[in-house]
Amino acid sequence: MSEEIILETRDLVREFKGFIAVNGVNLRVQRGSIHALIGPNGAGKTTVFNLLTKFLAPTSGTIFYKSEDITGESPADIARRGVVRSFQISAVFPHLTVLENVRVALQRAMGNSFQFWRSERCLDTLTGRAIELLQSVDLAEFADAVTVELPYGRKRALEIATTLAMDPELMLLDEPTQGMAHEDVGRVTALIKKVSVNRTVLMVEHNMSVVAGISDRITVLQRGQILAEGPYAEVSNNPEVMEAYLGTGHD
Amino acid sequence: MSDTSQASATVPARTSASLRHQGVAFVVLGAFFLTAPLAMYPVFLMKVMCFALFAAAFNLLIGYVGLLSFGHAMFLATGGYLSAHAAKVWGLPPEMALLTGTAAAAVLGLAAGLIAIRRQGIYFAMITLALSQMVFFFYLQTPFTHGEDGIQAVPRGMLFGVFDLSNVWAMYFFVYAVTGAGLLLIYRIVHSPFGQVLQAIRENEQRAISLGYRTDRYKLLAFVLSAALAGLAGATKSLVFQLASLTDAHWSMSGEVVLMTLLGGLGTVFGPVAGAFTLLAMENYLAQLGSWVTVVQGVIFVICVLTFRRGIIGELGRVIKRPL
Repeated sequence: MSEEIILETRDLVREFKGFIAVNGVNLRVQRGSIHALIGPNGAGKTTVFNLLTKFLAPTSGTIFYKSEDITGESPADIARRGVVRSFQISAVFPHLTVLENVRVALQRAMGNSFQFWRSERCLDTLTGRAIELLQSVDLAEFADAVTVELPYGRKRALEIATTLAMDPELMLLDEPTQGMAHEDVGRVTALIKKVSVNRTVLMVEHNMSVVAGISDRITVLQRGQILAEGPYAEVSNNPEVMEAYLGTGHD
Repeated sequence: MSDTSQASATVPARTSASLRHQGVAFVVLGAFFLTAPLAMYPVFLMKVMCFALFAAAFNLLIGYVGLLSFGHAMFLATGGYLSAHAAKVWGLPPEMALLTGTAAAAVLGLAAGLIAIRRQGIYFAMITLALSQMVFFFYLQTPFTHGEDGIQAVPRGMLFGVFDLSNVWAMYFFVYAVTGAGLLLIYRIVHSPFGQVLQAIRENEQRAISLGYRTDRYKLLAFVLSAALAGLAGATKSLVFQLASLTDAHWSMSGEVVLMTLLGGLGTVFGPVAGAFTLLAMENYLAQLGSWVTVVQGVIFVICVLTFRRGIIGELGRVIKRPL
């Protein structure tokens, strides 16, 4: 039984000009789990994500990754540690091909990314691995397509393949099924479950059936604070959570 | 997608098949400038080549990194002044004069880039404009540029101590070689591992950061390369005209290069060449219209933006379904 905490925040606070978006959040994410962050609109979920990946700097508080303080690091440094995030809107490189999208993520490890005098043919050695990653999300047949032409659900799948190319220990997924047609939701949910093997996933998600289906633990945020935390069955029966979601008491 | 306006203005990514088209286009272009002096004035064509390189250097930033510099005149002028000074006052041979001008532009590019790349979009454009205005003022005041007179009667000298560049054909093929090498370098930069990262940054900088790229460093290197190549263009130009003047440092020069690039095709390898040729041909062959030339240019620019936003080469690439 692995009880190890991979990511922890202590008293995380973020203020925007007098408005406190995140107010003393103490989050603990267990290694190997799928952890969902839920809450009504404006609860501060995306702000927490931006703080964790340093796209925003916290006003106060500390962030620990594998017990190391990473609060002062840059977004690129955090990505290099293996904490890789996705974005609420689909984060692809629209005018690169599908293959290039994945390849650019694999490329950094080659250490030749500043070499402007070499031909990009030296990246061909990455093609095999890139195709494997595309296969894992059923996109191999689209490898040469320009990404902008993919349907939305496929773009999200590509985004996951690109994130996987980083071989992240901790994946942060910001609303992975947002804006998706019903059949795509099922596909992406299964995909998240599949890729979570040997990894930790922290996701923001609105779709409760997705949350109920795959998450091990749930943290409910409300007005920048943690309202409840625990397994789905426990949290979903919490009267405070019901009130936050339904607006009134449950009867 | 939220970026549809940008989407229609840029060119789809290339595949290996389209790289062959670009090779063919290089040969066509090379053949054109090899045979064109039979029909057109060599000095005019040399001017076109210098501006083609300048516009291509500018396009490296706007087309492949998505950074609109509105101060590239400072690099053109720096390359021009320093190589003219090196050739005339220090008595350096032309190849060393060009290197001096290019290196000076690269150093200025590093300094300006360190300040400018912290911002994006209109702020980036405004910072580069402000910096280039300061550079203009510096060149206006400092003695070595001779103010309004410029550095005149710059000796072309003996290339490698062998070729006498005062011969117009020797000069022509020297400019031909320099421009060709510059364009090939830009082509290589675009199609390098570094170029891949640049395009990723242009497409979605936040995502590139989340993949672990320290994007500021990539943007800075691109800025320095662009500045150095613009400096090389200015240096070459000062040898062609045997003159380095304030015109090159003026903000309107920064505007002209934007115009050339848009007209030819943003983010295309050959667009800047076509844009430079078209704009200079207008200035040259419509010269009898006097100041009406600027009106004609303005009208053409408006038509370009309204009807063929991809530019000449961008539209051509769309017709043959291959990026050029």
